[in-house]
Amino acid sequence: MTDPLLPSAAIHVAIDRQLLDACAALQLLIAFAMLAQRRIVSLVNLLAAQGAVLAAATLLLAWRTGQGHLYVSGVLTLALKVAFLPWLLHRLIDRLEVRFDAEPALNVSGNLLAGLLVVVFAFGLAQPITHLASTAMRNAIGIALGVVLLAFLMMITRRKAISQVIGFLSMENGLFFGAMSATYGMPMVVELGVALDVLVAMLVLGVFFFQIREQFDSLDLHHLESLGERR
Amino acid sequence: MIELVLMLATPAAGATVLAFGRWRRHAPELNAVFSFATFLAASALTVRVIGQGPQLLIGEQFYIDPFNVFLVALTAFVGLTTALFSRPYMRIEIAHGRITAARLRLYHSMYQLFMLTMLAALTTNNMGLLWVSLEAATLSTVLLVTLYRTPRSLEAGWKYFILCGVGIAQALFGTILLYFAAERALGAEGVTALLWTHLDGVKSQLEPAVLALAFVFLLVGYGTKAGLVPLHSWLADAHAEGPTPISAVLSGLLLNVALYAIVRCKVLVEGSLHSALPSRMLMGFGIASVALASVLLWRQRDIKRLFAYSSIEHMGLATFAFGMGGAVATFAALLHMTVHSLTKSAIFFATGHAAQKAGSQRMEDIRGLVTLSPTVGWGLMLGTLAILGLPPFGVFASEFLILTTAMREQPWAIPILLAALGLAFAAIFGRVQSMVFGETNMRRLPHAPALLPVFAHLALVLLLGLYVPPYLAGWYEAAARLIGGH
Repeated sequence: MTDPLLPSAAIHVAIDRQLLDACAALQLLIAFAMLAQRRIVSLVNLLAAQGAVLAAATLLLAWRTGQGHLYVSGVLTLALKVAFLPWLLHRLIDRLEVRFDAEPALNVSGNLLAGLLVVVFAFGLAQPITHLASTAMRNAIGIALGVVLLAFLMMITRRKAISQVIGFLSMENGLFFGAMSATYGMPMVVELGVALDVLVAMLVLGVFFFQIREQFDSLDLHHLESLGERR
Repeated sequence: MIELVLMLATPAAGATVLAFGRWRRHAPELNAVFSFATFLAASALTVRVIGQGPQLLIGEQFYIDPFNVFLVALTAFVGLTTALFSRPYMRIEIAHGRITAARLRLYHSMYQLFMLTMLAALTTNNMGLLWVSLEAATLSTVLLVTLYRTPRSLEAGWKYFILCGVGIAQALFGTILLYFAAERALGAEGVTALLWTHLDGVKSQLEPAVLALAFVFLLVGYGTKAGLVPLHSWLADAHAEGPTPISAVLSGLLLNVALYAIVRCKVLVEGSLHSALPSRMLMGFGIASVALASVLLWRQRDIKRLFAYSSIEHMGLATFAFGMGGAVATFAALLHMTVHSLTKSAIFFATGHAAQKAGSQRMEDIRGLVTLSPTVGWGLMLGTLAILGLPPFGVFASEFLILTTAMREQPWAIPILLAALGLAFAAIFGRVQSMVFGETNMRRLPHAPALLPVFAHLALVLLLGLYVPPYLAGWYEAAARLIGGH
């Protein structure tokens, strides 16, 4: 594996790369932790941690590659995904009084087992891209796809509206991580647009939660199962 | 360029004015005025493209070519007619006590925002911004689907949000892969690497393995928005539970825009792969949608759900035709998108007033429309005949072209398509007939319904069935050459 930097910087490079790999590993670990977590307040904290790891990896990569737009993206991640969204979610779960609610009927061991298979599948799927990539974090592409699919799995297995939304945001984190690993992020204008969409989505959801709550006195989605083909 | 800026700035201004302005009493008129201004700008843009050919505008960020120009005109037109229809419709909803005047502010503002996102999605040259616009289109309509705040509408809105959100997240991954492949082919061009025109120029050098994977994600992602089976389960609920003008624009416009995004991606992927994989996938999703939707039509009791499933069927048919490729099938698919959009929104207009008269969307509660108001009844009947593909309406022309091409190129599909069309015909016609004719027990409406849009749309569909104007045919042919492949 050849490195573009000078030999004198090799040790730094090695540490950088290890740190980036550590970030990738942490991402995966957090995704698994989310899959196994029942309590809503812990899920919010895990989401913030995932955002923080994403921001750290982005800033590290920005420093290592000297790409200016990655700094912007890192700061944006920090502001949006580490500070604002968790704050908003905490506020929401306080006002909706679901802070200490937990998911009923969650088969943790089954979930983790399925998660394991999903990650293996993700690595297989990412293989051709990993071979073609030339970035410092190409090994993380498989992990990013794994995080996306784990978040997807989490959304399927949850019953509470808030947990599903956290899964959705975790999926977004995984996608950003993937974009960073494969191509050092998307063009700035696209990244800004995506960030704006995520922000608006959260605001819309905030309104939405209150509507659901007003109507059903609960955020449990099994109340929302009257539709379908029966009519 | 000025036309494009005006076309995008008008709905943006409209959304702001209608959200914060103090003209609550005249908001429905204001909504129509903004839609009319957008339509004028879109027409001017269309005239410009007719005169000067494809336009690359504002630092190459926007691109208008024969493929999207007619969709832009169609979107602005249906946006205008829907705004005209919505004016009395929403007033009646207030009079019936289903929503409050205050909530109408949200409705109008979001309506304009929705128009903005769709026009942006159609005109942008940047595949990333296409994604951003389509996601924004979902977000702007989620609160419209839940406008009535009934348990059912909340469920429909939630389903819509989550399924389309997850779906479109897959499309984002596809876009990332596309960018990844583009960077390798175009070098470190950064911002320009997601521009469709640039990608189109180097499509044969894009890495096939990556693009094949990207296409799977893009198709699943945008396919969710286009309502392709098996990703369709949000569609009927969102159509049935939201206010009818929103059902009309979701069915008539949003599905088209999502399909447009898929086809743009298909052009790139096909250029890179030189294999039939994208075509086969489109045909597979298409025919599955046609087949399943025509079966599910039989189980519907709600009139708006019935026509929502019919939309899935027709989107499937257009997707199948795009999958077959070649000049004729692509021409037919584009024509089908146009006539389906016009017919289906006309049907939803008539359906909306019918449901208001009956005080229910259940088909068994709607009886004898013709007796009480011949215009609504005949509007629904003619619209139904048009959507079922009876000559001389435009849907007949496009379906005829699709079927004859399939007979030549994909004969295996013919029995499935014919059976599905037959099933759909029997399911829809029987029900509409009993709603339109017979005894009536329905009430009069407090405001006169606007039925001009219904008949304007149907007249256009009739016109397109008899005679496609030469410049429109020219666009379809140019677009067909662009995307036809093979």
